[in-house]
Amino acid sequence: MATVAAVIASTHHPFYYRASTSAGAERPPFADEWVAKIEAFRETLTRARPDVLVMVGSDHFHQLWLDNMPQFLIGKAPCYDANFYNEEREFGLPRMFVRGQEELSAYLLRAGIDAGFDLAFSNELRIDHSITCPLITLRPQTDLPIVPVYTNIFAPPLPQPRRFVQLGQTIRQLVEAWPSELRVAIVGTGHLSLELGGPRQFGPHGPDPEFDHKAVEWIATGDLKSALAEVSLDSLWLPGNATHGFMDFMLMMGVAGENATADHVDTLDLFHTMEAYFTWYPHGVPGPTGGTT
Amino acid sequence: MSKYLLDKFLYTVDRDAGLVERYRSDPRGTVAWWEAERANVILNCPEPERSSWLAFTDVEREALATHDYVTLFELGAHNFLLLTLFIALFERDYDEPLAFQREFAARLSHWKVPYPDIST
Repeated sequence: MATVAAVIASTHHPFYYRASTSAGAERPPFADEWVAKIEAFRETLTRARPDVLVMVGSDHFHQLWLDNMPQFLIGKAPCYDANFYNEEREFGLPRMFVRGQEELSAYLLRAGIDAGFDLAFSNELRIDHSITCPLITLRPQTDLPIVPVYTNIFAPPLPQPRRFVQLGQTIRQLVEAWPSELRVAIVGTGHLSLELGGPRQFGPHGPDPEFDHKAVEWIATGDLKSALAEVSLDSLWLPGNATHGFMDFMLMMGVAGENATADHVDTLDLFHTMEAYFTWYPHGVPGPTGGTT
Repeated sequence: MSKYLLDKFLYTVDRDAGLVERYRSDPRGTVAWWEAERANVILNCPEPERSSWLAFTDVEREALATHDYVTLFELGAHNFLLLTLFIALFERDYDEPLAFQREFAARLSHWKVPYPDIST
């Protein structure tokens, strides 16, 4: 059976690419610290020696639109082109290209539907920065095939938080039951408190630092019980009007497992948002050469 | 009230570099053209297989025609679409990084949660 080599959850900040590649007067003062944290985070994936990446994210009104909006969608294609004109325009993101792992896509679709999730699929999906940001931070050489998993955190009515958790739990179970010798890393990105297009946007830090600290603690300790008790579709409007992206973190908590303590936890308090990075190793922390310590 | 159509306008303009410039320089004319020619096009259908019923209210049309993002927010336009397109339209007019985004926030500062409903 396949091995879940690592479970990784993080924020996806579209400004990282520009901040990390800029120089001189253009380089923001926080860039060096940010790059150091990302390089340490990247090492947590490298050490897991993955063969394939399951990438959980959310289309930001690029390909998926209100005339035909899926709640949960899996890409099943041999290749994925990536990033869109408005991401190039606003964030300076490059156009990218990634190979797909169609066999795992097909398996997750069939087994996921049979497990009770009526998953949508796409055979021609252009992925956006919710997936390319973690590729840029965690695997910039983009040498591994991926399976994109998209969730709707954007266009109400949204699925309930518990469905995100259940989907994460199901993905974990299905990958572990996949008849393959490959090592799979499951990577997902979301948000802590976030405001976009509202009065609290682009402040000196995230719109609700208290929520952020609580959320980081839930994620780092796998405290699904508290997260599910305190988070609802209504409550997520309070920390910021784009905070429903936190449900992708809840999905990743489902992947990691109840009460699973993260092996790597790091945060960075930036203007506008708090960045947060988590890695779990279900089979023990690998050494730098891939052995188990 | 047609929040969906407001969002469709923001979405279809934002993804087209030429339309972004056209809407910046001639908002009223672009909105009139778009409502007449594009509002009823179903994005994944051949153009003749279009809808027949989509139109802006007067308040919506005027808000779009005057780049009035405060009113658009209050009408329930999707916050992400609104921000993204208006950054493309106006960020370039400000000297400081994020100055437009902060002005956008300040002009909405009379709003506390709950914000206008963005459900379509």
